[in-house]
Amino acid sequence: MIGTWRVLEHHLMVYRRTWKGGMFVSFASPILFLAAMGIGLGSLIARGPVRTVGGVSYLAFLAPGLLAATAMQTAFVEETYPIMAKLQWLRTYDGMLATPLTIGNLLGGEIGWLAVRQAITAITFFIVLVIFGTVSSVAAVLMIPVAVLNGLAFGLPIMAFSATQRKDKGFPVIGRFIITPLFLLGGVFFPIQRLPQLAQVIAWLTPLAHSVALARSLAIGGSNGSAAIHLAVPATYVVVGIAAAGITLRRRLVQ
Amino acid sequence: MAISPSDTTALIHARGLSKRFANLVAVDAIDFDVDRGEAFGFLGPNGAGKTSTMRMIGCVSTPSSGTLSVLGMNPITDGPRIRARLGVVPQADTLDMELHVDENLFTYARYFDIPRDVARRRAKELLEFVQLNDRAKDEVEPLSGGMKRRLTIARALVNEPDLLLLDEPTTGLDPQARHLVWDRLYRLKQQGVTIVLTSHYMDEAEQLCDRLVVMDKAKIVASGSPRSLIDRYATREVLELRFKIDAAPALDGKLEGIADRVEVLPDRVLLYTQDGDAAAAAVHERGLQPESTLVRRSTLEDVFLRLTGRSLIE
Repeated sequence: MIGTWRVLEHHLMVYRRTWKGGMFVSFASPILFLAAMGIGLGSLIARGPVRTVGGVSYLAFLAPGLLAATAMQTAFVEETYPIMAKLQWLRTYDGMLATPLTIGNLLGGEIGWLAVRQAITAITFFIVLVIFGTVSSVAAVLMIPVAVLNGLAFGLPIMAFSATQRKDKGFPVIGRFIITPLFLLGGVFFPIQRLPQLAQVIAWLTPLAHSVALARSLAIGGSNGSAAIHLAVPATYVVVGIAAAGITLRRRLVQ
Repeated sequence: MAISPSDTTALIHARGLSKRFANLVAVDAIDFDVDRGEAFGFLGPNGAGKTSTMRMIGCVSTPSSGTLSVLGMNPITDGPRIRARLGVVPQADTLDMELHVDENLFTYARYFDIPRDVARRRAKELLEFVQLNDRAKDEVEPLSGGMKRRLTIARALVNEPDLLLLDEPTTGLDPQARHLVWDRLYRLKQQGVTIVLTSHYMDEAEQLCDRLVVMDKAKIVASGSPRSLIDRYATREVLELRFKIDAAPALDGKLEGIADRVEVLPDRVLLYTQDGDAAAAAVHERGLQPESTLVRRSTLEDVFLRLTGRSLIE
Protein backbone atom coordinates (compact mmCIF):
# COMPACT_ATOMS: atom_id res chain seq x y z
CA MET A 1 0.00 0.00 0.00
CA ILE A 2 2.83 2.38 0.94
CA GLY A 3 4.62 1.37 -2.27
CA THR A 4 1.54 2.20 -4.33
CA TRP A 5 1.38 5.63 -2.74
CA ARG A 6 5.09 6.14 -3.54
CA VAL A 7 4.44 5.49 -7.24
CA LEU A 8 1.51 7.90 -7.18
CA GLU A 9 3.70 10.44 -5.40
CA HIS A 10 6.16 10.18 -8.30
CA HIS A 11 3.37 10.87 -10.82
CA LEU A 12 2.24 13.90 -8.87
CA MET A 13 5.82 15.18 -8.72
CA VAL A 14 6.10 14.90 -12.50
CA TYR A 15 2.66 16.49 -12.93
CA ARG A 16 3.70 19.44 -10.79
CA ARG A 17 6.29 20.13 -13.46
CA THR A 18 4.04 19.63 -16.49
CA TRP A 19 0.50 20.66 -15.47
CA LYS A 20 0.45 24.13 -16.99
CA GLY A 21 0.63 22.98 -20.60
CA GLY A 22 -2.06 20.36 -20.07
CA MET A 23 -4.32 22.77 -18.24
CA PHE A 24 -4.64 25.03 -21.26
CA VAL A 25 -5.78 22.10 -23.41
CA SER A 26 -8.16 20.93 -20.68
CA PHE A 27 -9.97 24.28 -20.85
CA ALA A 28 -9.56 25.11 -24.53
CA SER A 29 -10.80 21.79 -25.89
CA PRO A 30 -14.28 21.78 -24.26
CA ILE A 31 -14.70 25.50 -24.95
CA LEU A 32 -14.02 24.97 -28.66
CA PHE A 33 -16.29 21.94 -28.93
CA LEU A 34 -19.16 23.50 -27.00
CA ALA A 35 -18.88 26.74 -28.95
CA ALA A 36 -18.70 25.11 -32.39
CA MET A 37 -21.06 22.19 -31.96
CA GLY A 38 -23.24 23.26 -29.07
CA ILE A 39 -23.77 26.90 -29.92
CA GLY A 40 -22.93 26.96 -33.63
CA LEU A 41 -24.65 23.79 -34.78
CA GLY A 42 -27.13 24.10 -31.92
CA SER A 43 -28.44 27.43 -33.24
CA LEU A 44 -29.18 25.80 -36.62
CA ILE A 45 -31.05 22.98 -34.89
CA ALA A 46 -33.02 25.46 -32.80
CA ARG A 47 -34.22 27.14 -36.02
CA GLY A 48 -35.03 23.83 -37.71
CA PRO A 49 -38.13 21.68 -37.55
CA VAL A 50 -37.03 19.70 -34.44
CA ARG A 51 -35.71 22.63 -32.33
CA THR A 52 -34.66 20.43 -29.42
CA VAL A 53 -32.91 17.10 -28.93
CA GLY A 54 -34.32 14.87 -26.23
CA GLY A 55 -36.44 17.78 -25.05
CA VAL A 56 -33.55 20.18 -24.38
CA SER A 57 -31.34 22.52 -26.39
CA TYR A 58 -28.64 20.84 -28.45
CA LEU A 59 -25.96 22.43 -26.22
CA ALA A 60 -27.54 20.91 -23.10
CA PHE A 61 -27.87 17.56 -24.87
CA LEU A 62 -24.28 17.57 -26.10
CA ALA A 63 -22.46 18.77 -22.96
CA PRO A 64 -22.75 15.67 -20.70
CA GLY A 65 -21.85 13.33 -23.56
CA LEU A 66 -18.82 15.40 -24.42
CA LEU A 67 -17.71 15.27 -20.77
CA ALA A 68 -17.84 11.47 -20.75
CA ALA A 69 -16.17 11.17 -24.17
CA THR A 70 -13.34 13.45 -23.05
CA ALA A 71 -12.57 10.96 -20.29
CA MET A 72 -12.29 8.24 -22.95
CA GLN A 73 -9.89 10.33 -24.99
CA THR A 74 -7.83 11.27 -21.95
CA ALA A 75 -7.54 7.54 -21.17
CA PHE A 76 -6.29 6.90 -24.69
CA VAL A 77 -3.71 9.68 -24.47
CA GLU A 78 -2.49 8.75 -20.98
CA GLU A 79 -2.30 4.98 -21.37
CA THR A 80 -0.62 4.57 -24.75
CA TYR A 81 2.58 6.54 -25.42
CA PRO A 82 3.31 7.44 -21.77
CA ILE A 83 3.09 3.75 -20.80
CA MET A 84 5.35 2.81 -23.72
CA ALA A 85 7.82 5.46 -22.54
CA LYS A 86 7.88 4.10 -19.00
CA LEU A 87 8.22 0.53 -20.22
CA GLN A 88 10.70 0.99 -23.00
CA TRP A 89 11.84 4.45 -23.99
CA LEU A 90 12.77 5.81 -20.56
CA ARG A 91 12.57 2.50 -18.68
CA THR A 92 11.05 4.23 -15.67
CA TYR A 93 9.44 0.97 -14.54
CA ASP A 94 12.77 -0.88 -14.62
CA GLY A 95 14.16 1.82 -12.35
CA MET A 96 11.23 1.45 -9.97
CA LEU A 97 11.49 -2.33 -9.90
CA ALA A 98 15.12 -2.11 -8.78
CA THR A 99 13.74 -0.78 -5.48
CA PRO A 100 11.42 -2.50 -2.98
CA LEU A 101 8.46 -1.56 -5.21
CA THR A 102 6.52 -4.43 -6.80
CA ILE A 103 4.51 -4.82 -10.01
CA GLY A 104 1.40 -4.50 -7.84
CA ASN A 105 2.67 -1.12 -6.59
CA LEU A 106 3.33 0.04 -10.16
CA LEU A 107 -0.15 -0.95 -11.26
CA GLY A 108 -1.79 0.51 -8.16
CA GLY A 109 0.10 3.77 -8.66
CA GLU A 110 -0.92 3.93 -12.32
CA ILE A 111 -4.58 3.35 -11.45
CA GLY A 112 -4.43 6.02 -8.76
CA TRP A 113 -2.77 8.45 -11.12
CA LEU A 114 -5.23 7.77 -13.93
CA ALA A 115 -8.10 8.44 -11.52
CA VAL A 116 -6.50 11.71 -10.40
CA ARG A 117 -5.81 12.71 -14.00
CA GLN A 118 -9.39 11.91 -15.02
CA ALA A 119 -10.76 13.84 -12.07
CA ILE A 120 -8.69 16.91 -12.98
CA THR A 121 -9.95 16.80 -16.57
CA ALA A 122 -13.56 16.19 -15.58
CA ILE A 123 -13.56 18.99 -12.99
CA THR A 124 -12.04 21.38 -15.52
CA PHE A 125 -14.69 20.39 -18.03
CA PHE A 126 -17.42 20.81 -15.43
CA ILE A 127 -16.22 24.33 -14.68
CA VAL A 128 -16.49 25.13 -18.41
CA LEU A 129 -20.03 23.72 -18.43
CA VAL A 130 -20.98 25.97 -15.50
CA ILE A 131 -19.59 28.93 -17.43
CA PHE A 132 -21.62 27.93 -20.50
CA GLY A 133 -24.69 27.81 -18.28
CA THR A 134 -25.61 24.21 -19.04
CA VAL A 135 -25.55 23.02 -15.42
CA SER A 136 -28.99 23.34 -13.89
CA SER A 137 -29.07 20.76 -11.09
CA VAL A 138 -26.91 19.81 -8.11
CA ALA A 139 -27.02 16.19 -9.26
CA ALA A 140 -25.06 17.24 -12.34
CA VAL A 141 -21.90 17.32 -10.24
CA LEU A 142 -22.13 13.52 -10.15
CA MET A 143 -21.15 13.58 -13.83
CA ILE A 144 -17.58 13.98 -12.56
CA PRO A 145 -17.32 10.52 -10.92
CA VAL A 146 -19.19 9.04 -13.90
CA ALA A 147 -16.54 10.48 -16.21
CA VAL A 148 -13.73 9.21 -13.97
CA LEU A 149 -15.21 5.72 -14.04
CA ASN A 150 -15.52 5.89 -17.82
CA GLY A 151 -11.90 7.03 -18.06
CA LEU A 152 -10.75 4.06 -15.98
CA ALA A 153 -12.94 1.69 -18.00
CA PHE A 154 -11.10 2.69 -21.17
CA GLY A 155 -7.71 3.41 -19.62
CA LEU A 156 -7.02 0.12 -17.87
CA PRO A 157 -7.68 -2.20 -20.83
CA ILE A 158 -5.65 0.17 -23.02
CA MET A 159 -2.82 0.02 -20.48
CA ALA A 160 -2.99 -3.78 -20.55
CA PHE A 161 -2.70 -3.62 -24.34
CA SER A 162 0.17 -1.10 -24.26
CA ALA A 163 2.18 -3.44 -22.02
CA THR A 164 2.13 -6.04 -24.81
CA GLN A 165 3.48 -3.67 -27.46
CA ARG A 166 7.14 -3.39 -28.49
CA LYS A 167 6.46 -0.63 -31.02
CA ASP A 168 3.98 2.22 -31.04
CA LYS A 169 2.30 1.18 -34.29
CA GLY A 170 -0.73 -0.31 -32.53
CA PHE A 171 -1.73 2.96 -30.87
CA PRO A 172 -3.00 4.83 -33.96
CA VAL A 173 -5.02 1.70 -34.80
CA ILE A 174 -6.84 1.91 -31.47
CA GLY A 175 -7.39 5.58 -32.11
CA ARG A 176 -8.82 5.09 -35.59
CA PHE A 177 -10.85 1.96 -35.07
CA ILE A 178 -12.08 2.31 -31.50
CA ILE A 179 -11.73 5.77 -30.02
CA THR A 180 -12.74 7.97 -32.98
CA PRO A 181 -15.74 5.83 -34.11
CA LEU A 182 -17.02 5.66 -30.53
CA PHE A 183 -16.57 9.39 -30.12
CA LEU A 184 -18.56 10.09 -33.28
CA LEU A 185 -21.20 7.35 -33.02
CA GLY A 186 -21.34 6.43 -29.33
CA GLY A 187 -24.24 8.69 -28.37
CA VAL A 188 -22.34 11.91 -27.78
CA PHE A 189 -23.59 13.94 -30.76
CA PHE A 190 -26.94 12.27 -31.43
CA PRO A 191 -29.07 9.61 -29.69
CA ILE A 192 -27.86 6.05 -30.17
CA GLN A 193 -31.43 5.11 -31.21
CA ARG A 194 -30.68 6.73 -34.59
CA LEU A 195 -28.06 4.06 -35.32
CA PRO A 196 -28.79 0.79 -37.19
CA GLN A 197 -29.79 -2.04 -34.84
CA LEU A 198 -26.43 -3.85 -34.94
CA ALA A 199 -24.49 -0.65 -34.27
CA GLN A 200 -26.77 0.06 -31.31
CA VAL A 201 -25.96 -3.35 -29.83
CA ILE A 202 -22.25 -2.75 -30.28
CA ALA A 203 -22.51 0.73 -28.76
CA TRP A 204 -24.24 -0.61 -25.64
CA LEU A 205 -21.43 -3.12 -25.16
CA THR A 206 -18.95 -0.28 -24.66
CA PRO A 207 -18.52 1.78 -21.48
CA LEU A 208 -18.97 5.04 -23.38
CA ALA A 209 -22.66 4.64 -24.31
CA HIS A 210 -23.52 3.85 -20.70
CA SER A 211 -21.46 6.68 -19.26
CA VAL A 212 -22.96 9.15 -21.73
CA ALA A 213 -26.48 7.98 -20.90
CA LEU A 214 -25.87 8.23 -17.16
CA ALA A 215 -24.15 11.62 -17.35
CA ARG A 216 -26.98 12.94 -19.53
CA SER A 217 -29.72 11.76 -17.17
CA LEU A 218 -27.83 13.36 -14.26
CA ALA A 219 -27.51 16.66 -16.12
CA ILE A 220 -30.92 17.06 -17.74
CA GLY A 221 -33.02 14.61 -15.78
CA GLY A 222 -35.09 11.87 -17.29
CA SER A 223 -34.22 8.23 -17.09
CA ASN A 224 -32.34 6.53 -19.86
CA GLY A 225 -32.21 2.90 -18.78
CA SER A 226 -31.09 1.57 -15.42
CA ALA A 227 -28.37 3.51 -13.60
CA ALA A 228 -27.15 0.22 -12.13
CA ILE A 229 -26.42 -1.18 -15.58
CA HIS A 230 -24.85 2.11 -16.68
CA LEU A 231 -22.43 1.72 -13.78
CA ALA A 232 -21.99 -2.05 -14.01
CA VAL A 233 -20.76 -2.12 -17.61
CA PRO A 234 -17.90 0.38 -17.12
CA ALA A 235 -17.09 -1.21 -13.75
CA THR A 236 -16.72 -4.58 -15.48
CA TYR A 237 -14.26 -3.06 -17.93
CA VAL A 238 -12.31 -1.64 -14.97
CA VAL A 239 -12.10 -5.01 -13.18
CA VAL A 240 -11.16 -6.92 -16.34
CA GLY A 241 -8.69 -4.17 -17.27
CA ILE A 242 -6.92 -4.33 -13.89
CA ALA A 243 -6.61 -8.12 -14.10
CA ALA A 244 -5.33 -7.98 -17.69
CA ALA A 245 -2.86 -5.17 -16.97
CA GLY A 246 -1.53 -7.12 -13.98
CA ILE A 247 -0.79 -10.06 -16.26
CA THR A 248 0.68 -8.14 -19.19
CA LEU A 249 2.84 -5.86 -17.03
CA ARG A 250 4.26 -8.83 -15.14
CA ARG A 251 4.99 -10.69 -18.37
CA ARG A 252 6.71 -7.69 -19.80
CA LEU A 253 8.78 -6.61 -16.81
CA VAL A 254 9.69 -9.80 -14.95
CA GLN A 255 11.34 -12.33 -17.22
CA MET B 1 14.20 -27.17 -9.41
CA ALA B 2 15.92 -26.64 -6.08
CA ILE B 3 16.19 -23.00 -5.23
CA SER B 4 16.70 -22.14 -1.61
CA PRO B 5 19.01 -19.91 0.33
CA SER B 6 21.73 -21.95 1.95
CA ASP B 7 23.90 -21.42 4.99
CA THR B 8 26.68 -19.21 3.82
CA THR B 9 28.43 -16.06 4.90
CA ALA B 10 28.83 -14.89 1.31
CA LEU B 11 26.68 -11.90 0.28
CA ILE B 12 25.86 -13.70 -2.93
CA HIS B 13 25.98 -17.46 -3.22
CA ALA B 14 25.18 -19.24 -6.48
CA ARG B 15 25.41 -22.92 -7.38
CA GLY B 16 24.32 -24.35 -10.70
CA LEU B 17 22.52 -21.07 -11.40
CA SER B 18 20.77 -21.16 -14.78
CA LYS B 19 18.48 -18.96 -16.81
CA ARG B 20 16.72 -20.34 -19.85
CA PHE B 21 14.45 -18.46 -22.20
CA ALA B 22 12.20 -20.07 -24.80
CA ASN B 23 14.94 -20.89 -27.27
CA LEU B 24 18.08 -19.74 -25.51
CA VAL B 25 20.22 -20.73 -22.53
CA ALA B 26 21.38 -17.36 -21.22
CA VAL B 27 23.13 -18.64 -18.09
CA ASP B 28 24.23 -22.26 -17.87
CA ALA B 29 24.83 -23.70 -14.40
CA ILE B 30 27.29 -21.18 -13.01
CA ASP B 31 28.81 -21.25 -9.51
CA PHE B 32 30.21 -18.22 -7.71
CA ASP B 33 30.37 -16.50 -4.33
CA VAL B 34 30.76 -12.82 -3.58
CA ASP B 35 32.09 -11.91 -0.14
CA ARG B 36 31.41 -8.81 1.88
CA GLY B 37 33.57 -5.85 0.98
CA GLU B 38 35.00 -7.18 -2.25
CA ALA B 39 34.69 -5.88 -5.78
CA PHE B 40 33.63 -8.75 -8.00
CA GLY B 41 33.44 -8.69 -11.78
CA PHE B 42 31.65 -10.59 -14.52
CA LEU B 43 33.75 -10.22 -17.62
CA GLY B 44 32.74 -11.34 -21.06
CA PRO B 45 31.58 -10.31 -24.51
CA ASN B 46 28.05 -9.17 -25.30
CA GLY B 47 25.61 -12.05 -24.99
CA ALA B 48 27.77 -14.04 -22.56
CA GLY B 49 25.04 -14.00 -19.89
CA LYS B 50 26.35 -11.21 -17.67
CA THR B 51 23.19 -9.10 -17.67
CA SER B 52 20.93 -12.13 -17.15
CA THR B 53 23.01 -13.03 -14.11
CA MET B 54 22.81 -9.48 -12.78
CA ARG B 55 19.02 -9.44 -13.24
CA MET B 56 18.69 -12.62 -11.21
CA ILE B 57 20.84 -11.15 -8.44
CA GLY B 58 18.74 -7.97 -8.60
CA CYS B 59 15.55 -10.04 -8.08
CA VAL B 60 13.89 -8.91 -11.32
CA SER B 61 14.39 -12.22 -13.12
CA THR B 62 13.58 -15.65 -11.75
CA PRO B 63 16.28 -18.34 -11.99
CA SER B 64 15.25 -21.33 -14.13
CA SER B 65 17.20 -23.71 -11.88
CA GLY B 66 20.01 -23.84 -9.36
CA THR B 67 20.61 -22.17 -6.01
CA LEU B 68 20.87 -18.44 -5.48
CA SER B 69 20.94 -16.50 -2.25
CA VAL B 70 21.46 -12.76 -2.00
CA LEU B 71 22.23 -11.16 1.37
CA GLY B 72 21.28 -14.51 2.89
CA MET B 73 17.77 -14.37 1.45
CA ASN B 74 15.91 -16.04 -1.39
CA PRO B 75 15.38 -13.71 -4.39
CA ILE B 76 12.15 -15.46 -5.33
CA THR B 77 10.35 -15.01 -2.03
CA ASP B 78 12.20 -12.03 -0.51
CA GLY B 79 12.56 -9.79 -3.59
CA PRO B 80 11.40 -6.51 -2.05
CA ARG B 81 13.41 -7.10 1.18
CA ILE B 82 16.57 -7.84 -0.80
CA ARG B 83 16.06 -4.94 -3.20
CA ALA B 84 15.68 -2.59 -0.24
CA ARG B 85 19.39 -3.20 0.45
CA LEU B 86 20.66 -3.20 -3.15
CA GLY B 87 21.86 -0.34 -5.30
CA VAL B 88 21.38 -1.01 -9.00
CA VAL B 89 23.05 0.76 -11.91
CA PRO B 90 21.42 -0.74 -15.00
CA GLN B 91 23.05 -0.98 -18.41
CA ALA B 92 20.82 1.78 -19.80
CA ASP B 93 20.07 4.79 -17.62
CA THR B 94 16.48 4.92 -16.37
CA LEU B 95 16.48 8.53 -15.22
CA ASP B 96 13.33 10.65 -15.06
CA MET B 97 13.68 13.12 -17.91
CA GLU B 98 10.74 15.18 -16.66
CA LEU B 99 12.34 15.81 -13.27
CA HIS B 100 15.34 17.88 -12.27
CA VAL B 101 18.63 16.29 -11.26
CA ASP B 102 18.01 16.54 -7.50
CA GLU B 103 14.37 15.49 -7.86
CA ASN B 104 15.55 12.28 -9.52
CA LEU B 105 17.37 11.40 -6.32
CA PHE B 106 14.57 12.57 -4.08
CA THR B 107 11.83 10.57 -5.78
CA TYR B 108 14.03 7.48 -5.90
CA ALA B 109 14.74 7.78 -2.19
CA ARG B 110 11.00 7.85 -1.60
CA TYR B 111 10.64 4.45 -3.29
CA PHE B 112 12.78 3.14 -0.43
CA ASP B 113 10.44 4.80 2.03
CA ILE B 114 13.16 7.21 3.13
CA PRO B 115 11.65 10.22 4.99
CA ARG B 116 11.51 13.46 3.01
CA ASP B 117 14.06 15.41 5.04
CA VAL B 118 16.56 12.53 4.99
CA ALA B 119 15.95 12.10 1.24
CA ARG B 120 16.66 15.77 0.63
CA ARG B 121 19.86 15.70 2.69
CA ARG B 122 21.10 12.53 1.02
CA ALA B 123 20.35 13.89 -2.45
CA LYS B 124 22.56 16.86 -1.65
CA GLU B 125 25.41 14.73 -0.27
CA LEU B 126 25.31 12.30 -3.18
CA LEU B 127 25.33 15.05 -5.79
CA GLU B 128 28.49 16.34 -4.13
CA PHE B 129 29.96 12.84 -4.15
CA VAL B 130 29.41 12.44 -7.91
CA GLN B 131 30.37 16.09 -8.54
CA LEU B 132 27.02 17.20 -9.89
CA ASN B 133 26.06 19.61 -7.10
CA ASP B 134 26.19 22.61 -9.44
CA ARG B 135 23.66 20.87 -11.74
CA ALA B 136 21.16 20.03 -8.98
CA LYS B 137 18.36 22.20 -10.37
CA ASP B 138 19.01 21.42 -14.03
CA GLU B 139 17.07 19.24 -16.42
CA VAL B 140 18.48 15.75 -16.95
CA GLU B 141 18.37 15.64 -20.73
CA PRO B 142 21.15 18.16 -21.52
CA LEU B 143 23.61 16.37 -19.19
CA SER B 144 26.48 14.54 -20.90
CA GLY B 145 26.58 10.74 -20.97
CA GLY B 146 29.15 10.69 -18.18
CA MET B 147 27.08 13.03 -16.00
CA LYS B 148 23.94 10.93 -16.49
CA ARG B 149 25.92 7.86 -15.54
CA ARG B 150 27.18 9.55 -12.38
CA LEU B 151 23.63 10.61 -11.55
CA THR B 152 22.49 7.01 -12.00
CA ILE B 153 25.27 5.88 -9.66
CA ALA B 154 24.26 8.51 -7.11
CA ARG B 155 20.67 7.31 -7.38
CA ALA B 156 21.75 3.73 -6.74
CA LEU B 157 23.43 4.88 -3.52
CA VAL B 158 20.42 6.72 -2.14
CA ASN B 159 19.42 3.83 0.17
CA GLU B 160 23.03 3.32 1.41
CA PRO B 161 23.08 -0.18 -0.11
CA ASP B 162 25.03 -3.15 1.26
CA LEU B 163 25.59 -4.34 -2.27
CA LEU B 164 26.03 -2.24 -5.39
CA LEU B 165 25.28 -3.88 -8.76
CA LEU B 166 26.68 -2.13 -11.83
CA ASP B 167 25.89 -3.43 -15.31
CA GLU B 168 28.51 -2.08 -17.70
CA PRO B 169 29.02 1.13 -15.72
CA THR B 170 31.21 2.92 -18.28
CA THR B 171 30.18 1.51 -21.66
CA GLY B 172 29.90 4.34 -24.17
CA LEU B 173 31.69 6.94 -22.05
CA ASP B 174 34.73 8.89 -23.19
CA PRO B 175 38.04 8.14 -21.40
CA GLN B 176 37.85 11.14 -19.11
CA ALA B 177 34.30 10.35 -18.04
CA ARG B 178 35.26 6.69 -17.48
CA HIS B 179 38.11 7.62 -15.18
CA LEU B 180 35.86 9.88 -13.16
CA VAL B 181 33.36 7.02 -12.71
CA TRP B 182 36.16 4.62 -11.80
CA ASP B 183 37.49 7.06 -9.24
CA ARG B 184 34.08 7.29 -7.55
CA LEU B 185 33.66 3.51 -7.57
CA TYR B 186 37.12 3.10 -6.13
CA ARG B 187 36.19 5.43 -3.27
CA LEU B 188 33.06 3.41 -2.58
CA LYS B 189 35.17 0.28 -2.48
CA GLN B 190 37.45 1.99 0.04
CA GLN B 191 34.38 2.76 2.14
CA GLY B 192 33.63 -0.96 2.28
CA VAL B 193 30.73 -1.12 -0.19
CA THR B 194 30.51 -4.53 -1.86
CA ILE B 195 30.54 -4.03 -5.61
CA VAL B 196 29.47 -6.43 -8.34
CA LEU B 197 29.99 -5.22 -11.88
CA THR B 198 29.87 -6.51 -15.41
CA SER B 199 32.16 -5.28 -18.10
CA HIS B 200 33.67 -6.08 -21.42
CA TYR B 201 36.53 -3.70 -20.75
CA MET B 202 39.69 -5.38 -19.51
CA ASP B 203 41.15 -2.23 -18.01
CA GLU B 204 37.95 -1.63 -16.05
CA ALA B 205 38.05 -5.09 -14.52
CA GLU B 206 41.76 -4.83 -13.77
CA GLN B 207 41.35 -1.46 -12.11
CA LEU B 208 38.30 -2.22 -10.00
CA CYS B 209 37.92 -5.94 -9.36
CA ASP B 210 39.51 -7.91 -6.56
CA ARG B 211 38.18 -11.05 -8.11
CA LEU B 212 36.35 -11.85 -11.32
CA VAL B 213 34.91 -14.58 -13.44
CA VAL B 214 35.26 -14.72 -17.20
CA MET B 215 32.00 -15.68 -18.91
CA ASP B 216 31.58 -16.97 -22.42
CA LYS B 217 28.49 -18.50 -24.02
CA ALA B 218 26.53 -18.65 -20.75
CA LYS B 219 29.29 -20.41 -18.81
CA ILE B 220 32.10 -19.37 -16.48
CA VAL B 221 35.34 -20.28 -18.19
CA ALA B 222 37.81 -18.98 -15.58
CA SER B 223 37.87 -17.24 -12.23
CA GLY B 224 40.36 -15.59 -9.92
CA SER B 225 42.05 -12.24 -9.29
CA PRO B 226 43.04 -10.29 -12.41
CA ARG B 227 46.72 -10.93 -11.62
CA SER B 228 46.31 -14.64 -11.02
CA LEU B 229 44.33 -15.06 -14.25
CA ILE B 230 47.05 -13.31 -16.20
CA ASP B 231 49.72 -15.43 -14.51
CA ARG B 232 47.81 -18.60 -15.24
CA TYR B 233 46.62 -17.96 -18.79
CA ALA B 234 49.08 -15.47 -20.23
CA THR B 235 52.79 -14.73 -20.16
CA ARG B 236 54.45 -11.77 -18.50
CA GLU B 237 54.74 -9.76 -21.68
CA VAL B 238 53.20 -9.59 -25.10
CA LEU B 239 54.87 -8.54 -28.31
CA GLU B 240 52.39 -7.11 -30.79
CA LEU B 241 53.43 -7.08 -34.42
CA ARG B 242 51.60 -5.36 -37.25
CA PHE B 243 52.38 -6.38 -40.77
CA LYS B 244 51.25 -5.01 -44.10
CA ILE B 245 47.77 -6.20 -45.00
CA ASP B 246 47.74 -9.82 -46.22
CA ALA B 247 51.35 -10.38 -45.10
CA ALA B 248 50.24 -12.57 -42.19
CA PRO B 249 49.69 -15.82 -44.18
CA ALA B 250 53.27 -15.56 -45.52
CA LEU B 251 54.53 -15.68 -41.90
CA ASP B 252 53.66 -19.34 -41.67
CA GLY B 253 56.27 -21.02 -39.50
CA LYS B 254 58.69 -18.10 -39.45
CA LEU B 255 57.77 -17.11 -35.87
CA GLU B 256 58.17 -20.66 -34.54
CA GLY B 257 60.15 -20.90 -31.32
CA ILE B 258 60.38 -17.20 -30.66
CA ALA B 259 57.54 -17.10 -28.13
CA ASP B 260 55.67 -19.46 -25.80
CA ARG B 261 52.56 -18.98 -27.90
CA VAL B 262 51.60 -17.12 -31.07
CA GLU B 263 48.15 -15.73 -31.77
CA VAL B 264 47.41 -14.53 -35.31
CA LEU B 265 44.57 -11.99 -35.36
CA PRO B 266 43.11 -10.34 -38.45
CA ASP B 267 44.98 -7.08 -37.84
CA ARG B 268 48.04 -8.14 -35.83
CA VAL B 269 50.11 -11.00 -34.46
CA LEU B 270 50.54 -11.49 -30.71
CA LEU B 271 53.59 -13.25 -29.31
CA TYR B 272 53.29 -14.37 -25.69
CA THR B 273 56.69 -14.32 -24.03
CA GLN B 274 58.54 -13.60 -20.79
CA ASP B 275 60.74 -11.04 -22.54
CA GLY B 276 59.13 -8.92 -25.24
CA ASP B 277 62.26 -7.02 -26.28
CA ALA B 278 64.25 -10.22 -26.80
CA ALA B 279 61.40 -11.62 -28.90
CA ALA B 280 61.31 -8.44 -30.99
CA ALA B 281 65.03 -8.73 -31.63
CA ALA B 282 64.58 -12.36 -32.66
CA VAL B 283 61.85 -11.36 -35.11
CA HIS B 284 64.16 -8.86 -36.78
CA GLU B 285 67.03 -11.37 -36.82
CA ARG B 286 64.88 -13.68 -38.90
CA GLY B 287 64.52 -10.97 -41.47
CA LEU B 288 60.88 -10.14 -40.82
CA GLN B 289 59.88 -6.52 -41.34
CA PRO B 290 56.78 -5.71 -39.26
CA GLU B 291 55.30 -2.24 -39.81
CA SER B 292 55.23 -1.73 -36.07
CA THR B 293 56.21 -3.57 -32.90
CA LEU B 294 54.86 -2.99 -29.41
CA VAL B 295 55.93 -4.65 -26.18
CA ARG B 296 53.33 -4.51 -23.42
CA ARG B 297 52.28 -6.30 -20.25
CA SER B 298 49.70 -9.05 -20.56
CA THR B 299 46.13 -8.01 -19.82
CA LEU B 300 42.86 -9.77 -19.21
CA GLU B 301 42.16 -9.35 -22.91
CA ASP B 302 44.95 -11.84 -23.54
CA VAL B 303 43.45 -14.18 -20.97
CA PHE B 304 40.14 -14.04 -22.74
CA LEU B 305 41.73 -14.57 -26.11
CA ARG B 306 43.57 -17.59 -24.76
CA LEU B 307 40.41 -19.04 -23.23
CA THR B 308 38.04 -18.48 -26.11
CA GLY B 309 40.13 -17.76 -29.18
CA ARG B 310 38.18 -14.54 -29.65
CA SER B 311 38.68 -10.97 -28.56
CA LEU B 312 36.22 -9.50 -26.08
CA ILE B 313 34.79 -6.65 -28.08
CA GLU B 314 33.60 -8.02 -31.36
